[in-house]
Amino acid sequence: MSEETKSSAPPPGGEPKPPADKPSAGTVQSTPSEKMSPSSEKPAATSSEKPAAAASEKPAAPVEKPPVAAKPAAPATAGAEAKAPASPAAAAKPAAPAKPAGPAPVPWESPLVSRLRTRHGSGVIEASTYLGQNYLVLESSVTLETLQVLHEQEGFDYCVDITAVHYPKREKPFDLVWILYSFAKNDRLRVKTMLADGESFPSSYPIWPTANWLEREVYDMFGIKFDGHPDMKRILLPETWEGHPLRKEYGITQQDSKWVQINLGIESGQ
Amino acid sequence: MTDPTTYISHLELGEPDKTYLDTNELIINMGPQHPATHGVLRVILKLDGEKVLGTECVIGYLHRGVEKIAENRTYAMFNPYVDRMDYVAAVSNGLGYCETVEKLLNVEAPPRARYIRVILTELNRLASHMLWLGTHALDIGAMTPLFYTFRDREEILKIFEKYCGARLTTHAFRIGGLQYETYEGFEKDVKNFLDFVPPKIDEYEELLSTNRIWVERTVGVGKITGANCIALGVTGPVLRASGVKWDIRKAMPYSGYEQFDFDIPTCENGDTFDRYMVRMKEMRQSLRIIRQAVDGIPSGPIMAKVPKVIKPPAGEVYHSIEAPKGELGYFIVSDGSTQPYRVRVRPPSFVNLQALDLMVRGALVADVIAVIGTIDIVLGEVDR
Repeated sequence: MSEETKSSAPPPGGEPKPPADKPSAGTVQSTPSEKMSPSSEKPAATSSEKPAAAASEKPAAPVEKPPVAAKPAAPATAGAEAKAPASPAAAAKPAAPAKPAGPAPVPWESPLVSRLRTRHGSGVIEASTYLGQNYLVLESSVTLETLQVLHEQEGFDYCVDITAVHYPKREKPFDLVWILYSFAKNDRLRVKTMLADGESFPSSYPIWPTANWLEREVYDMFGIKFDGHPDMKRILLPETWEGHPLRKEYGITQQDSKWVQINLGIESGQ
Repeated sequence: MTDPTTYISHLELGEPDKTYLDTNELIINMGPQHPATHGVLRVILKLDGEKVLGTECVIGYLHRGVEKIAENRTYAMFNPYVDRMDYVAAVSNGLGYCETVEKLLNVEAPPRARYIRVILTELNRLASHMLWLGTHALDIGAMTPLFYTFRDREEILKIFEKYCGARLTTHAFRIGGLQYETYEGFEKDVKNFLDFVPPKIDEYEELLSTNRIWVERTVGVGKITGANCIALGVTGPVLRASGVKWDIRKAMPYSGYEQFDFDIPTCENGDTFDRYMVRMKEMRQSLRIIRQAVDGIPSGPIMAKVPKVIKPPAGEVYHSIEAPKGELGYFIVSDGSTQPYRVRVRPPSFVNLQALDLMVRGALVADVIAVIGTIDIVLGEVDR
């Protein structure tokens, strides 16, 4: 077997070489943008994502929200148009405007959504489908109650994941995300809510015990505290760790340069 | 459904006993450098004699911050990193990541690529289960299966090595398909393996299934009910051994799994022995899938039309696959730039490990070893 391996090894070894150049060329192209501070361009594009979704939802959305969403919506679409032609080669220009039109969030209408709407009214900010995946954006005040309803009445008995996303330029910079699954319906649902910095959120541990470690990880990485959690402490990082690494302002070399300055007396290890 | 109040993760030690005969509860530390904790897992045990009253897992020793790394790399550059999470099932990690980015890009790998992906992923499932069986049996005291399973796993790694040059962290897939066409004789190698391995699986079962020591150490140990599994988010073979017939390959088929005929093995008792049986049956089902896939590999391109610089439109997507250890999910947020804005990995080992406390309460210290083995954790994935 081993001899066979050796004899036939060269052809696959020789074959891959030409294609191997391709991705490396791609990565070389993209490195400058990576070295440039990514935070400078990212938040701008980020704001484009949310409001665009909210704008498409306008008719059904509550009265108070659209004014907030409408403001960034105009620059956001402009930003998207400006970005699209810049990205691919010149040949792709006609295709570029068509692309954003394809996978755009469409309003999601279902009995579940209407039940939630009648229950919470304007608490349901958005109910959409993106690439075949349903998600709800809720006011943080009604979120826990909705999660309870989803678990007890709508059959979402399995909490797949709890996580967060940080948008530092937004008024409420954190998205808290629950990914739920229903065994009975074989259906997945994402529930999102927005939190202000320093705001805590009631723990969903009483609903799904699996939230225990998942919420601890969110706290560890983002610093979002969960009220009523039985054991709110860091999970992956040591208790003495400073900061919450998945926040956008936390630099990737920050920890390293601080350590070498203290322990080795040099400016940077990079 | 479980009453969450009965499930407390933190340890509460009573007041120390002031009498001469101190029968206090004892807290001892297991790991992180313990050979039976499969890496660097530290478990704090609260004991009453030999009986476990509670446990607390201390994890994070292997934390590398892959989610933070992802935000500072391009989509293609992050691809090899995912192999380093569950390093015994690197191919599955890569499949999950590539499929999620493909979903964001709204492209699909061509049929030929999907077939080859299925073959390699199922081979990797076999390799992962073989490694699990060898080390799990070794923990419990059966040394022989380790040599047998590693001997046979080697044949899978040889196929990987011939295909992409790497044995463990393979980086076998690319966003949009495959980078490498199969080598000459790939199908023959896979078919040879399919003929070679079933008698070997019989051999493992002969060594263990009716072995009195094995049975005594595993039957009734680390029991967990299906309802508790669901409440704790436990997936994969652990869930199926508790009687819940759920497998993402069937429930939400991806990568063309709907074209293959296979069963979801389940057991009823949810103990360590049943989890062993489920994985043994799963290995045979994987062989069935590989057989169908290798017989029907279509010809055609192996790469979809993906731009050289991957720039998914702004949006977010969650996609998960059935990794050997359970549901492996990726939640990726794109802001339309070349780098992901946020990558969240939903690791099966991390979530499954949470069930350890429930499974070992009331058991003996030696059972903790058996249960850690049976959950099948890889600390690289728990800590990420």
